[in-house]
Amino acid sequence: MSHEPIRTHAIDMSSFSRSAQKPRLEDEQTCIEVKDLKLFYGNKQALFGINMKMPKKKVTAYIGPSGCGKSTLLRSINRMNDLVDNVRIEGQILLDHENIYDKKVNVADLRRRVGMVFQKPNPFPKSIYENVAYGLRIQGMNDRRVLDEVVEKSLRGAALWDEVKDRLQDNALGMSGGQQQRLVIARAIAIEPEVMLLDEPASALDPISTLKIEELINELKETYTIIIVTHNMQQAARVSDYTAFMYMGELIEYSSTNELFTNPAKKQTEDYITGRYG
Amino acid sequence: MIKQWFKSGEPWVWLNAAAVSTSLILVLGLLILIAVRGLGHFWPATVIEYHYQDNNQQITLIGEVVDSVVLSAQQAKDAHYQLPSGSDSLLQHLIKTGNRDVTGLDFRWIQAQYILSSDYPKNIVVIERREWGNFYGYLVAVKQQGQKSATGDSAIGVAQQKLQQTLTVFQQIDHIQQQEVGGINYQLERLRLQQKKLQLQNQWNDQIQQQFTAQQAQYQQHYQQLQNQLAQLYQQLSRDSVVVKEASGQEVEIPLAKIVRFYQPNQMSLLDKMGHYWDKLAEFVTDDPREANTEGGIFPAIFGTVMMVILMAVIVTPMGVIAAVYMSEYAKQGFLTRLIRIAVNNLAGVPSIVYGVFGLGFFVYIIGGHIDQWFFPESAPAPVLGTPGLLWSSLTLALLTLPVVIVSTEEGLSRIPKAIREGSLALGATKAETLWRTVLPMASPAIMTGLILAVARAAGEVAPLMLVGVVKLAPALPLDGNFPYLHFDRKFMHLGFHIYDVGFQSPNVEAARPLVYATSLLLVLVIMGLNLSAIFIRNHLREKYRALEN
Repeated sequence: MSHEPIRTHAIDMSSFSRSAQKPRLEDEQTCIEVKDLKLFYGNKQALFGINMKMPKKKVTAYIGPSGCGKSTLLRSINRMNDLVDNVRIEGQILLDHENIYDKKVNVADLRRRVGMVFQKPNPFPKSIYENVAYGLRIQGMNDRRVLDEVVEKSLRGAALWDEVKDRLQDNALGMSGGQQQRLVIARAIAIEPEVMLLDEPASALDPISTLKIEELINELKETYTIIIVTHNMQQAARVSDYTAFMYMGELIEYSSTNELFTNPAKKQTEDYITGRYG
Repeated sequence: MIKQWFKSGEPWVWLNAAAVSTSLILVLGLLILIAVRGLGHFWPATVIEYHYQDNNQQITLIGEVVDSVVLSAQQAKDAHYQLPSGSDSLLQHLIKTGNRDVTGLDFRWIQAQYILSSDYPKNIVVIERREWGNFYGYLVAVKQQGQKSATGDSAIGVAQQKLQQTLTVFQQIDHIQQQEVGGINYQLERLRLQQKKLQLQNQWNDQIQQQFTAQQAQYQQHYQQLQNQLAQLYQQLSRDSVVVKEASGQEVEIPLAKIVRFYQPNQMSLLDKMGHYWDKLAEFVTDDPREANTEGGIFPAIFGTVMMVILMAVIVTPMGVIAAVYMSEYAKQGFLTRLIRIAVNNLAGVPSIVYGVFGLGFFVYIIGGHIDQWFFPESAPAPVLGTPGLLWSSLTLALLTLPVVIVSTEEGLSRIPKAIREGSLALGATKAETLWRTVLPMASPAIMTGLILAVARAAGEVAPLMLVGVVKLAPALPLDGNFPYLHFDRKFMHLGFHIYDVGFQSPNVEAARPLVYATSLLLVLVIMGLNLSAIFIRNHLREKYRALEN
């Protein structure tokens, strides 16, 4: 869980070379807009008026120390916080200009559009095939040919097909942790969401599996808007286009990854990324 | 030294080991005791002929030694027995002499000191009869239509052969009576009820009446045919008989129709005895009881027990699971749910007879009575469901075992990781879909555990059943060839009640005692069988959802 403390700007600078043209947030097409979002667990306030716009088909990373509210913010985007008792949410989150907290919104439909991958791989105790087909079966799709096609496409999309194509009927729980996490990603992309929320997707994995997941994220952003929570700043630097730094339930700084890591505007951000606290 | 030994914790380990071994020895001892007492009953014992001094009178006794007791001098004095000279104790044997129809009692105590001589004659015959218990004696002759057809040494062979024929005829009669005549009676009764129903509804007219009469006549005709067939068979049955000599020398004629089997135990080889043993054991497990349940088999009781338990499981599982799902998934957790949980747990502690009383008052009289009024007015005043029966017994026991299923299902549901639920919800599944597709299948091992406990409790329960449906002797099984095949309204037999009935309500306690043990053993085996199959299913499910453990 603990991130590696970074004493200096010890981040591999080569990872910034691809974003050399200095993209600006203002130029991007907005996918999700958070407007003055406040969230309370009972009497305790966890988010203090967050405002941000997340661009379409880019990777946005949330960083910050434990308990800063980054996971809470992420889980607000597909309304996973609704499952928590005594939670109260104020403000708006607009997905394609529609407020997802509107009364008219069907939560199941919303979650179909906004997929999520959790910190620990959580495949169902079913076969690999059934895990990937789960979302479609929920939607009432039982046509074997369609399912076969989608399962293959999704597993290829998650760079898992070659490893499992001969044992699709095996129990998913027999796979390694890294494979399980990619299976969970395949399961999420099988229902073709617009947005993918990744909640520390590699924190429970070994370095090689982590690398595979990061490569995968790079491919997925061609198709999906991706928001990732991570403890690992190197990872944020490697995979994301934009980075938001949060602290104590507030959004401190939000800009392009390149800028945030090389030239942070706030002192707090600089202290955090140089490892002075957190 | 001692202090160090205490500190090492070793005494504690020894104490634990002692507790475990004591429990194991008790359980094993229990099983071995019932197994030996029960299974020994079917072994053909050697038959002894005693010459015995009974009050200055010399008599002959033939029988099996069932029990031997040594009385102390004081006990003998209290019973006004004379001690044998030069001894301070008195040996008594309990002899099963059979022949209840001739001598009036089939067991008697004899004192070893008065035995003049004993002998094991090879040609003693034991006859197992349909009435009056066993007969011990000598075969004198075989009679056919009143004429002696064989005597002396050849008699036994002829008799065996004739008995086989008789038994075949008996089977035919049994089949006709049970299956065909029973079926016709059932159809006639249905016809009568239908007629009454139509009359009650004012839809009875001449045309229908003609139809009914025609059908009735058809059944009657068929019935007449069967009657003729039966009369013929009965005549065949009554043709043959055997003449046997009793211990006192009196000759008795026994019709072959009254005989189940005869054998000469003193002549049997070990192999013969084993064959006889298996025959008796098979009869015990597969046959109907005879002689007020003290002889024959207990098949209807086994069938009733299993059927009732299965029906109970079918009722209790969905009820318990649905209740548990509501309480742990949907209901708002608070004072009320806590109160309900306490109530459910306390329900498990209510004495079972109270459930019996409730079942009788509520299920049988109120619900059954009203169902009869609304749906079966034609059969009044005879009740259909307004009387104890299989359905009400299963329902009562389902109520009794409901807490167990609810508690273990709730526990299973709470053990499903949150991550799995969230994974399903994140894919756009609703809460209900998540429950059906993921959570409940994963909780199924826990549900099975609840069911195993429920079955174990229900199969051994007797007290409530005596109020809501068990009988000493059921005329028909709850499952037969007549539509609708499964008769929930019928009364049934149950192993637990059978044990009580045979042991304490039977006219011939001595003869019934081994059967009590044998039936107990069988009850244990049936419960074990039911449990093992449930455990097998559960382990299979567990294997499937193994990942939960980590």
